[in-house]
Amino acid sequence: MRTGPGDTGADVASQRSGADVANERSGDGPLLDVRDLDVFLPAPSGPVRIIDRVSFTVDAGRTTGLIGESGSGKTMTAMAVIGLLPQGAVTRGGLWWRGENLLTAGPRRRRRVRGREIAMIFQDPLASLNPSQTVGRQVTEIPRRDGMSRRELTATAAELLGRVGIPEPARRASNYPHQFSGGMRQRAMTALALAGKPRLILADEPTTALDVTVQARILDMLRNLREQENTAMVLVSHDLRVMAHVADDLVVMYAGRVCERGPARDLLRRPLHPYTKALVESVPAVHTKTAIAAPLPGSPANPAQRPSGCAFHPRCPLTRVMADDGAAAHERCRTEEPEVLEVAPGRWSGCHFAGVLHDERSSTRVAGRNGTGPDTATTTEEEERP
Amino acid sequence: MIMGTVQMIARRLLLGVFVMWGCVTLIFVIVRLAPGDQATLSLGPDATADEIEAARERFGVNDPLLLQYVSYIGRALRFDFGDSYRLGQPAMEAVLDRFPATIQLALSAMAIAVVVGLILGCVAGGRPNGLVDRVVSGVSISLQSFPTFWVGIMLILLFALNLRVLPSAGSGSLSHLVLPAVTLSLPQVAIVARLTRSSLAESMQDAYVQTARSKGLTEPQVLLGHVLKNSLIPVVTIIGLQTGVLLGGSVVVENVFAWPGLGSLIVDSVSARDYSVVQAAALLIAAVVVVLNLLADLTYARLDPRIRVEAKA
Repeated sequence: MRTGPGDTGADVASQRSGADVANERSGDGPLLDVRDLDVFLPAPSGPVRIIDRVSFTVDAGRTTGLIGESGSGKTMTAMAVIGLLPQGAVTRGGLWWRGENLLTAGPRRRRRVRGREIAMIFQDPLASLNPSQTVGRQVTEIPRRDGMSRRELTATAAELLGRVGIPEPARRASNYPHQFSGGMRQRAMTALALAGKPRLILADEPTTALDVTVQARILDMLRNLREQENTAMVLVSHDLRVMAHVADDLVVMYAGRVCERGPARDLLRRPLHPYTKALVESVPAVHTKTAIAAPLPGSPANPAQRPSGCAFHPRCPLTRVMADDGAAAHERCRTEEPEVLEVAPGRWSGCHFAGVLHDERSSTRVAGRNGTGPDTATTTEEEERP
Repeated sequence: MIMGTVQMIARRLLLGVFVMWGCVTLIFVIVRLAPGDQATLSLGPDATADEIEAARERFGVNDPLLLQYVSYIGRALRFDFGDSYRLGQPAMEAVLDRFPATIQLALSAMAIAVVVGLILGCVAGGRPNGLVDRVVSGVSISLQSFPTFWVGIMLILLFALNLRVLPSAGSGSLSHLVLPAVTLSLPQVAIVARLTRSSLAESMQDAYVQTARSKGLTEPQVLLGHVLKNSLIPVVTIIGLQTGVLLGGSVVVENVFAWPGLGSLIVDSVSARDYSVVQAAALLIAAVVVVLNLLADLTYARLDPRIRVEAKA
């Protein structure tokens, strides 16, 4: 029978030097180091690079948020990490897990990592739980496969469900998923992920399917768990408020690429990419300066038809300002694909004009620096406001 | 939940009584619509008009239709359909004499179909559109399209005449059962395999399958531990229906292998206008189908806990 769909890319070798590997094995490195990850999905017109040179790291015990609009590749990145990409997907680059490149690991090794080292909390807990098995049975499948006795399993199920805040966990373990409320299902899903004692949990939109009041409680639960278990987490969400609540570090994605990454608090306060800036400004609660939210105009770019140069340039408010000749976009943005560079300590940005955004914060000198008008920063903001 | 199940069974059995009543009534009407009656046929072509008239009086065919119907239903309630004029024994007795052989054959065939069909379906559905899947699909279509009598004769030629390992006809021992059961099961194998395959392939798209994989399970573990149970409801439905069909007796297989089952009895009785037997057989088959449907429904509730709750509500 076939092996897991994510194992397809295992034969693609990474191009890292031996020195890099040795450095990684010393144990000082991050838990997960995603380096120049490419994911190609088969399409009628040939493979589409759905994930394009994505790099980020996750340190032990920290929460890294992957944020972006739908289709930005954040879920696909998580799927690549756990090795559950759709059939036919091809991966390239480095997925360094505690010094071992998972992309070159065999199917058996990848399966062994799944659940026990890297676990996943899926979106839509109702669909993601097996309707015909009791919650307790699903939650304790990993210890059951390891040969744990029936009595121990009953105790483990109750213990796991109790840990995620399900009341009367022993009784609830014998319920079926449809007998749970939405929030309870999400908690059960989390208990399921905890069962294999993973070092890293990937949470894909864990609160999207829930009521707002339940959302906050689930987020608190996730945060408490991280503190208690010292488990690292990759949180995938399109919701900046969720991120502000939980994430330590943020990776902002657009059209399958990384726009910017860095410490969450700093990044949200001083975005170094116009896309991040627009995202922040589109959320009233996060953006403290304006009372009215400014939605980002246009629709997200499709990774299958990624715009040339910087993928964000057709929607970018900054490039319009930077263009000297009154064109819709700056020449560099249209033609040159930006590198994700460290603009300030710990702050990485994939914008050609990240420096401008950076300087804008320390002073307002940027206005008129390029002779583009009376006040660059102000113009930018005014254009975004309806 | 137990209370709910008992109520559900009671309700379904009550409904089953109505189904059987409808069935018996339908047979009553059809028999009286068909040309020629028992009186005429039982006497043969040389009978005089007086003799026929006397026989008609005896069979009660001259009574008003409503009266005939009431007395017919009254007797049906006691499972009394009169004597078979052809066999010279009570009709119900004749039917019940043949029924064990049919049960034996039908259940053996269905057992083969369920085991082989499920295995083939799982192997094919685990990897839709793979090589195994295509081979299984091709074999299934062939099995379903070969005429049963031809398959039966081919099996006799091979195993009874050439290899001389199995008897070609008759009943009484396990070796007599093998060829007819296999012949009867082949189209059922195909039906079960194809349905299992498509149902599995559909369930493989469900989100919980990814959850199962995220626990580090192998694909066979995912398939057997999670997907199969959720895919079985349509398979159970078709198994129930097809078992009902087979328990009605198979004329072709019974004829090819000289198997003393219900199918040939019914066909012979219909052509001989031995309506007592036809009516008795119809009631029996209706009862069997009612019970099988009930069993299938009870199995659904075992497979899908959500159905259990609905039955209770």
